[in-house]
Amino acid sequence: MFPLRSPLYAGSLLLAMSLAAHAKPLNLIGPWEIHSLDPSSSSGILFTRLQVAETLVDADNTGTLKPGLASRWQAAPDQLSWRFTLRDGARFHDGSAVTAASVVAALERARKKPGMLENAPISAIRADGKDVVVVLGKPFAPLPAVFAHSHTQVLAPASYAADGSVTGIIGSGPYRVTRLRLPQRVTVQAFAGWQGKKPAITDASYQAIGRAESRTLTAESGQADIAFGLDPVSIARLKSSPRVSIVSATLPRAIQIKFNAGHKWLNSPAMRLAISQSINRQAIATALLRDPEMAASQLFPPTMTAWHQATLPALAYQPDQARRSFAALGWKPGADGQLLRNGERLALTLRTYPDRPELPLLATALQDQLRQAGIAVQVKVGNSSDIPAAHKDGTLELALYARNYALVPDPLVTLLGDFTDDGADWGVMKWQNAALSQQLAALGRGGLSAPQAAAARLKVAAVLQQQLPVLPVAWYRQSAAVSKALRGVSLDPQERSYRLSSMSWGR
Amino acid sequence: MDRARQRALARICGQRLLQAAIVSLLVAALCFLLVQQLPGDMAFRIAAGRYGYDYVDAAAADAVRQELGLARPAWQQFAGWLGQLAQLQLGQSLVSGGAVLAEIAHHLGATLQLAAASVALALGVGLPLGLASGLAPGGWADRLTLGYSVLLRALPPFLLGLMLILALSVQLGWAPAAGHGEGGNLLLPALTLGLGLSGLTARIVRDSVLAVVRADYYRFARSKGLAPWRVFLRHGLRNIGVTVVAYAGVQLILLIEGVVVVESLFAWPGVGHALVHAIFWRDVPMIQGCTLLLAWLFVLMNTATDLLCLAIDPRGPAES
Repeated sequence: MFPLRSPLYAGSLLLAMSLAAHAKPLNLIGPWEIHSLDPSSSSGILFTRLQVAETLVDADNTGTLKPGLASRWQAAPDQLSWRFTLRDGARFHDGSAVTAASVVAALERARKKPGMLENAPISAIRADGKDVVVVLGKPFAPLPAVFAHSHTQVLAPASYAADGSVTGIIGSGPYRVTRLRLPQRVTVQAFAGWQGKKPAITDASYQAIGRAESRTLTAESGQADIAFGLDPVSIARLKSSPRVSIVSATLPRAIQIKFNAGHKWLNSPAMRLAISQSINRQAIATALLRDPEMAASQLFPPTMTAWHQATLPALAYQPDQARRSFAALGWKPGADGQLLRNGERLALTLRTYPDRPELPLLATALQDQLRQAGIAVQVKVGNSSDIPAAHKDGTLELALYARNYALVPDPLVTLLGDFTDDGADWGVMKWQNAALSQQLAALGRGGLSAPQAAAARLKVAAVLQQQLPVLPVAWYRQSAAVSKALRGVSLDPQERSYRLSSMSWGR
Repeated sequence: MDRARQRALARICGQRLLQAAIVSLLVAALCFLLVQQLPGDMAFRIAAGRYGYDYVDAAAADAVRQELGLARPAWQQFAGWLGQLAQLQLGQSLVSGGAVLAEIAHHLGATLQLAAASVALALGVGLPLGLASGLAPGGWADRLTLGYSVLLRALPPFLLGLMLILALSVQLGWAPAAGHGEGGNLLLPALTLGLGLSGLTARIVRDSVLAVVRADYYRFARSKGLAPWRVFLRHGLRNIGVTVVAYAGVQLILLIEGVVVVESLFAWPGVGHALVHAIFWRDVPMIQGCTLLLAWLFVLMNTATDLLCLAIDPRGPAES
């Protein structure tokens, strides 16, 4: 060892060491493979989560809107057009300026694809100086929330090939893509031209790993700094790991059963309530989700503060009451305990899909609980599209799925789509309720005072609780394993961002 | 090269070329037919693959049906694909929109890399163990190798893989637990497959060594006074080689088509993984592209194995 000659040496050595420490890339591991770069594809959301691409509007934990690529927005007095003003000086990662024209071009491409923009009555999108003007066919109060959806992420014109396909992700966020290796890997680096606060984490990579066990092991071995998509058993195991801690957030997502309310056995609210009373949600949440608080007492979880109604009587497990209700509806148990009416057995098919690994497990638990109530349920685990397909051809009886009410930060947009009179693939089937439609429509038009809007939401939640066109089973808590060396980690309940730019390496 | 050898070579290559042509047509037609027979509406499946479970709905499925012309009669779709194939094009993935060849190339590259590393490892471990056991049957090396082979044969690859991750990655931190594209990713999956195979490889080598050592020509060479190592090099190695090369060829093919479980455990982007996704999403051009390339690859590897065996044993398969 040689003594250091001067403080200058020591200073530059320290600087180099701290730079080296900062340069450690952050490894994110999640289950989602990247199959396409198109914003409308299922992989598009990854690039907004990695803060590479921006949307006009952003949102905080509770879904309150905040500026994104647009610094402000306002509706015209007649509510038939909205004006979004772009942030001054915003640049794409290729150095070009973000202009209203490039935003309009990106949004027009999104409108041509199936996706979230279909839910809003948009008749035109045009550029007006530095503003983007959206013209509506009828008033639509939650419009800004739609422009927070990842389908509407704004990519630079150079991201597209002549045929409109996306060849690269050139966004305007704090990180830029440095390397893409489909379907598994994307590497990002802090963008020097970002106007906001410089991120402390300068380099990060995302890697898709399909199996939950493998993701758990990457966290446990220190390979992953953040691992998403963990199963309940692994979370319990990781809690005792010296390397990682578990960070969680309750999502505005409900695991629910969709009823074919036009089915001859399922068309009465009394029958649907009796089925609800036969389900022990507490047991399911405790044994399978390992999280008793996630037993759903109503459709909207408590974190959806505007929509959750503490005053509603909770959906509860009341098997005796259920038996009496079944009997009142003419269903009597046969010798084997199976419910019978006019010689017909009460037998139903429950469809679900394995993309969310908890669903098949929950389906079999529900199957067993309903068997105890005298209902024979056949569980069909298939592709997620089997549910909309069976909705369309009318063969659906029951479907178990996880519905995200924060597809856009304002749940109203999803609710307007799911609870229409005509029914919806992921919402109601052959069920309508004038009071509910009326309240949702009034909320959609806007112009209600805060107490009026709250009353309308209460009415909506109350109708859903009484009529049970969909049956809430559980809420959903997202957990991630996070390296103890990382600081400033929080999960976004809106699932919009990994928030890399607010993290840093601890000492 | 003498005439007989040339004839054998020409016969093998000719047969294999014909085989490749017939196999591709059969495989392509069968794939198309089977996918058509699968339950469920293709447009819905493709839409689920493209847009994810939160967004797949009847409108998205209709848009897909329209865009891809799925309402056309099946024979027209098949004819269209054959037309493309005739121009040596495998088409575009229905889900990602990317070129099938480029997507498969990535997966096939990963598969071949893993298969080659695993067979090399299996031979590296299995050959010396097999030789030691075969040259001294019933000895301690033979008994130990038998135990080793039984143990590794009995361990399911999935379990062996998990044990290796826990030991080498979680405890020792020598290699990344899973993934692809950074240094060291190959180690654990190759070890899992290679060790799994090395047990049986050792047994095959042992039996083959034993058969040669007990043969009359080998005993004669020994009894006329040649040194053991010289006998082994001159009369043993080649005769053992034919069996071992043929066996390694079969293993390589098994590794290419049948390791989805290990690929999925280690998130290795192999061709099995791609094929499973493609079938789940009814991505017909991807399924056909994968199976076609695999079929050609198998024919190619069978040919290479035959040629290698012919080089080792010029008498050809019929006489040896």
